[in-house]
Order: sequence, then C-alpha cells, then structure tokens
Amino acid sequence: MIDVLYFAWVRERIGVPREQVATNAATVAELIEELKAREERYALAFSDLRALRVAVDQELTDFDASLVGVREVAFFPPMTGG
Amino acid sequence: MTVRIQTESFDAGAELNAFTDTAAGAGAVVSFTGVVRDVDGSLVAMEIEHYPGMTEKAIATIVSEAQTRWDLAGALVIHRHGRLTAGDQIMMVATASRHRVDAFQAAEFLMDYLKSRAPFWKKEMTQSGNGWVEARDEDEAALDRW
Repeated sequence: MIDVLYFAWVRERIGVPREQVATNAATVAELIEELKAREERYALAFSDLRALRVAVDQELTDFDASLVGVREVAFFPPMTGG
Repeated sequence: MTVRIQTESFDAGAELNAFTDTAAGAGAVVSFTGVVRDVDGSLVAMEIEHYPGMTEKAIATIVSEAQTRWDLAGALVIHRHGRLTAGDQIMMVATASRHRVDAFQAAEFLMDYLKSRAPFWKKEMTQSGNGWVEARDEDEAALDRW
C-alpha cells in the first residue's frame, strides 16, 4: 500500500486529500496510468502531466522515479510559495 | 537557522530585532517580508495550502544550500498558511552575515527557491470567483541564475 496525496487543484479534481492505494506499479508513471484507468476524475486530473509535479517520500522527483520501498507519493501543481 | 510554518500572524519588526540579536557580531542583516496584495481591489481572501512534513524538509534543504554558498551567521524563514487577507504578511526571510553581499545574495536565493521549491499553493478568492495562483515562468527561470 502506498499513501497517495493530492494538493491544490489536483486535490479538488480528485475530491480527496489523500488515500491508500494498493498497487504493483514500479514507477510513478505506472501509478498514474493505473489511477487514470480507475475513474474519470483521475483521468481529468492527470490529463496534462506538464501541469503536474510529483514528490516521492516528500522529495521532488520525476515521473520515471521508482516506487520500490516508497511509502508516500504526492501530486500537485507547480508550487507558488513566497 | 530557524524555520517556522504557522497559521498565526507575526510581527516582522519584533522578529527582525530578535533575529538581529541572535546574530550579534554579524555586521549585516537583510530581511524581506512578503505581503498579500490586492491588485484590482477585488480580493476577498487568499488561502495558502502546504504539504506538512515536506514543507519543513524542503525549506531546511534550501537554507542548508544557502549556508554552503554564503558565509552566513544566521538565517530565518517564517511562512504562513491558511486564510489571509490583503495587507497580511505571508512570509519573511532574514539573513545575517559578516558581509553585506552574502546577506543580500543569500536572502534573494532563499526567496527564489521558496517561491518554486517549497510546497505551498495560493488560492485567491475574489469577488468574481476563486482560482489557484499559477506559477510563473519567470519564477522558474529565476533559479537558473544560481
């Protein structure tokens, strides 16, 4: 099981801030494909990956990052701090 | 180094004085305060969301990087989240160094990285609707100079 977190408009589109996902995905990209296949709201949220960023175990990374041994994956739009 | 993520307001003047006291002997202290702006008079509120856990780690990494690049006697980062209104202070950064240039550059570096590498997202509630503030290309490009 992996904890999957969503922030900002990704959270709004998917409708939950976090959920536990049972997956055998080896990479973030594979996890995204699994989620997109689930329901329309996921397909909508992940329709344009250029508009998304991903963090694996709270570190910013790329969509080809491995999920081996990972506890937490988060999806969100580019950050707007400061 | 001090990093605080909080919903409460803060007194930038008092924070700066306390920071200056802890950096006694540094010689140069630079600070920046970010304030909620209301460009066209229609802003009702700004909501800032963040990623608890990652936020603290990301900022600590950014501050550590600044400490390796410049000769810093201290660094302070305060960033709020939650609901704010126009004129509210969102965040502040302060740096102290024996050298003015180090303090200025480190403060700018911290601001540039906090903008696009610390997991905060701003949503504006206006009289004509609500929307997430979009990241600007200039903000990403600003990282290239470091």
